[in-house]
Amino acid sequence: MVEQQRTELWRWTESRWMNPDLDWRGKLITSGIDVGSVSSQAVILTDGELYAYSNMRTGVDSPDSAMKAINWAMENTGLTLKDLAYTVGTGYGRVNVPFSQRAITEIACHARGGNFMYGPTVRTILDMGGQDCKAIHCDEKGKVTNFLMNDKCAAGTGRGMEVFADLLGVSINDVGDLSLQVDKEPPPVSSTCVVYAKTEATGLLREGWPKNKVLAAYCSAMAHRIMTLLERIGVEEDFAITGGIAKNKGVVTRLEKEVGIPIMKTKYDTQIAGAIGAALFAKALLEKTKK
Amino acid sequence: MITMGIDLGAKNVKVVILKDNKIVAKSNVLAGFEVKENAQKAIDIALKQAGISKDDLDKVVSTGAGEKLAPFYDETKSIVGCDSLGAVYLHPAARSVIDVGAEEGRGMRCDNTGKIIDFEVNEKCAAGAGAFTEAMSRALEVSLEELGPLALKSTQDIPMNAQCTVFAESEVVTMVHNKVSKADMSKAIHDAMASRISSMIRKIGFDKDVVLVGGVAKNIGFVTSLNKDLGLEVVVPKDPEYVGALGAALAAAGWKGGA
Repeated sequence: MVEQQRTELWRWTESRWMNPDLDWRGKLITSGIDVGSVSSQAVILTDGELYAYSNMRTGVDSPDSAMKAINWAMENTGLTLKDLAYTVGTGYGRVNVPFSQRAITEIACHARGGNFMYGPTVRTILDMGGQDCKAIHCDEKGKVTNFLMNDKCAAGTGRGMEVFADLLGVSINDVGDLSLQVDKEPPPVSSTCVVYAKTEATGLLREGWPKNKVLAAYCSAMAHRIMTLLERIGVEEDFAITGGIAKNKGVVTRLEKEVGIPIMKTKYDTQIAGAIGAALFAKALLEKTKK
Repeated sequence: MITMGIDLGAKNVKVVILKDNKIVAKSNVLAGFEVKENAQKAIDIALKQAGISKDDLDKVVSTGAGEKLAPFYDETKSIVGCDSLGAVYLHPAARSVIDVGAEEGRGMRCDNTGKIIDFEVNEKCAAGAGAFTEAMSRALEVSLEELGPLALKSTQDIPMNAQCTVFAESEVVTMVHNKVSKADMSKAIHDAMASRISSMIRKIGFDKDVVLVGGVAKNIGFVTSLNKDLGLEVVVPKDPEYVGALGAALAAAGWKGGA
């Protein structure tokens, strides 16, 4: 049982939301499903307005994860799969969404969803996901103009952060706050590779560093790592972050300092950007076929 | 003349003692976190084996990632230089040397005296290093010793998409769920790693006499995959993990090729 508790630490909180003031009946219902490598989201729009969403961990089976996500989003709404007029799948498991009509890349969906969440002024979207990190440039309509991504290496991704939370025995939800509780910013962890960074962190703990100081060193290394990606493509204002790491204040605060540009805030769950974009594409595609 | 070579690697400390260029003692101790103490332990074991004391040593050369952490030494020498020297000593025809250690992969080209002509090192990423197979053996729940031989029983090629060790662990979990056999997974793991090493080697080019050293050279699964990738049979000396320390001891003795 001790082992069980230990391995649960990296688990972030799954979430679900629905708009109690909206009634979907008689409206155009489209949905977007983002099956990522680590998390899956389902978003339901009614006439282009956000109606409900779910955000959960991806299982080993993509079609199953997509089903679970949409079922959770539809829970207590009275909606069934039949009511979804058009569904677009995105993310790494996008071709495995059994009830979708189309699959669209997550780059396009994140730009479109970012545009919805942050407004038309957003020009640079940094999506920090579970197993990759993408810097996307888009226009005022949320159309991608350029992008750059790292999907080869866990450094600078949510998975890397999970590994660290697990190593230090800290809940992934607390990593950001804890890492900011240091009097003086320690030098960043020098290893790029998460495997080596783990060894380095173990050494630091042995030297007597408290957990928050080690976390500070890792968050700052991650911010620095992402900065090198951003530097290659350039940051145009306004600048927003989507994905799970956007919730980690330890990384975001340090990144904001390095970039020197304020990072936009949103009332939405930053992890649902891709699914929102997919649902918006679903609406556009449906309207096109109807014409 | 009695010389000693100390190789402080990321994971292990290796010591070799030479008497008139003949190996008289060697030892290997886990470096752990008390690197200095464990290096001393390795030295003590080797001295005892050789039946000599510290004062009998004419010269000591230290090498490896932690070369400066050796309790005592006269000089340090780069690990690539030591690797090629050791490889040429054991296999005089060697002109290309590959060293795959716990946390580093290196490729070297050298002349007949073991002098470096060109080299390439990966120290940034665990994907082409022993740490990768260690992580995979944990993910597969197969001991490191069994992992290599297991790959030889594979009946089909399964491509591995992930390069990153952390992502590869997740991919192995997916393979387990897809009921891929452990033998096929093991082969996929070694193929992936061999492909990382061979692409590094291709950057500097290689000759027909390639010597493979470092702890990972003892992994038959990796060696088989690498041979297939490079289209030749690499030479694996006996006790490949000691080649760096041997090279350091040879450097201490001023050895410059047999012929």
